[in-house]
Amino acid sequence: MITYVLKRLLGAVPTLALIVVLSFLLMRLAPGGPFDEEQALPPEIKANLERAYGLDQPLHVQLGRYVGGLLRGDFGPSFKFKDFTVTELIAAGLPVSLGLGALAMIVAVLAGVPLGVLAAMRHNRPTDHAVMAVAVLGIAVPVFVVAPLAALVFGIHLGWLPVAGWAPGQWRDVVLPTLTLALPIVAYVARLTRGSMLDVLRSPFVRAARARGVPRLRLVWRHALPAALTPVVSYLGPAAAAVLTGSLVVETLFGLPGMGRYLVQAALNRDYTLVMGVVIVYGAFMIVLNLVVDVTYACLDPRVRPGNSR
Amino acid sequence: MNAVLQAANVGVRFRVGGGTWPRQRLLTAVEGVGFTLGRGETLGVVGESGCGKSTLGRALLGLVPLAAGTVSVDGHRLDRQSDARLRDLRRHAQMVFQDPQGSLDPRMTVGQSVAEPLEIFEPRMSRNERRARVAGVLSQVGLAPAHADRYPHEFSGGQCQRVGIARAIILKPSIIVCDEPVSALDVSVQGQVVNLLAGLQGELGLALVFISHNLAVVRHLSTRVLVMYLGRPMEQGGRDDIYGRPLHPYTRALLDAVPSPEPGRPARVPLAGELPSPLAPPQGCVFSTRCAWANDLCRRARPALDEARPGHQVACHRWREWPGGVPRRED
Repeated sequence: MITYVLKRLLGAVPTLALIVVLSFLLMRLAPGGPFDEEQALPPEIKANLERAYGLDQPLHVQLGRYVGGLLRGDFGPSFKFKDFTVTELIAAGLPVSLGLGALAMIVAVLAGVPLGVLAAMRHNRPTDHAVMAVAVLGIAVPVFVVAPLAALVFGIHLGWLPVAGWAPGQWRDVVLPTLTLALPIVAYVARLTRGSMLDVLRSPFVRAARARGVPRLRLVWRHALPAALTPVVSYLGPAAAAVLTGSLVVETLFGLPGMGRYLVQAALNRDYTLVMGVVIVYGAFMIVLNLVVDVTYACLDPRVRPGNSR
Repeated sequence: MNAVLQAANVGVRFRVGGGTWPRQRLLTAVEGVGFTLGRGETLGVVGESGCGKSTLGRALLGLVPLAAGTVSVDGHRLDRQSDARLRDLRRHAQMVFQDPQGSLDPRMTVGQSVAEPLEIFEPRMSRNERRARVAGVLSQVGLAPAHADRYPHEFSGGQCQRVGIARAIILKPSIIVCDEPVSALDVSVQGQVVNLLAGLQGELGLALVFISHNLAVVRHLSTRVLVMYLGRPMEQGGRDDIYGRPLHPYTRALLDAVPSPEPGRPARVPLAGELPSPLAPPQGCVFSTRCAWANDLCRRARPALDEARPGHQVACHRWREWPGGVPRRED
């Protein structure tokens, strides 16, 4: 298993390299540059700036320098956040997004899976319909509607939680953003869990276990759920990568200093180095989390265990 | 006779058609089945696909609720039991399923699967003792104790069915219901599994209910045979009576449908027409729409299950006309 993980990580290097090269070239293909403002800069100043950042060099030289920096762990300076390096920006934003995202994922799994199991066990009964109605709402109503509504109800009318803000050690600041972020994932996980639980509960081995006298709880948690979790796990991997690297909407609406806003802002600003930095972090998360998904599969199902070629 | 399994007038009905009350209809899957089975006896249940054989098997173990009648296992009534009591009865009555591979949890080793009934019913048994018991039943069904650490996907269908049987016998039940246990297996492996079941039955004094559409296998294993059609018992009796002198035209048709290995004898198609829908069973005798001997009475009135000879019952208006069994129709 350890060799398998190492092999996969080694295999991720070319993937990451491809991500770097492609996003580098794609950013340069986009019209405009980091120093295009509404009021055009005098050409001499612009030329000076571009020389200072190395933008006057041919593209392959720029790419070479950037990759060289990356290998030394240097993501380069940000073009728009003057005096900040991309490394500093990510180091400031990532922990916030990461913490919030991790909380949201935990909530999503702890709430979504049991809700789905419950709905499956009460198939076509009121509990099932209620859970699924809430789930459809959770998926259908966008975050930018849920977040202000939640702030309005819990922040202003009930006054239980702050409307927005972020101070270290203030757990109350975390509640609303976490729940808002988690809601669509809870809904999706609940639907997926219910669907595959219904399939599994009808499968012969579950029926056979029931005939053997396996008690209901053990039947559900020991036999049916591990089999039903496969699609949920494969959804959770990419979902976690997206949530952990921050959500633009949630971070903007609740005023959080996370990383979610960077990507959109940086892309609009043609902040080449920041875009690259965020993309690389996101790509790395994606690769690692997909690896985690595959390892989880192996834990859930002996048939896909690596080295098991029979 | 010391009866371990008694069924009387067993009926199972399902709601079908989805939706709410006005559109729902009742499907009678099993009706009026009764028999008594003693230690070491085997009841073969035969009939076409969809005749309610499997449903009957499940009803005998309380896996589907009874709509009518009673089932007693070792003298304990199965119906009107709480879930917990019902589970307790599973100690005495186990099942072997049709799909050997699908019936094993792919995420558990064979040893875990076989040991699970012990964990549930004898939670205080020590690990070592449990391992020893698992190894014991595995060798009883012709597998090596070392197989316990493997997963179901590493086994063939026949081996999986041996595991299924091991799992069924580990609690030393008095009854095993086998629902088409060999129909998913190769013919050569079928023989091995059938002989294994027969051997275990002798060793453990099991009462077997053997559900199958394979008449040759049923003949080999059974002491008594129940012939079902559209959920109703058509004929029931000792094996030699049923195979030698069938009193019901349907039994005759089933027996004649078995292809003969003799060269030159053309295969006949003794049963014409489609199986009627169980949602709209024919008036009168349910078999009357396909019976070569049916007359007006058959189409009008449902025949009772008559005791034609001691231990040989038949549901046909005309059985008295055939003292030596329903004659073959040579068309």
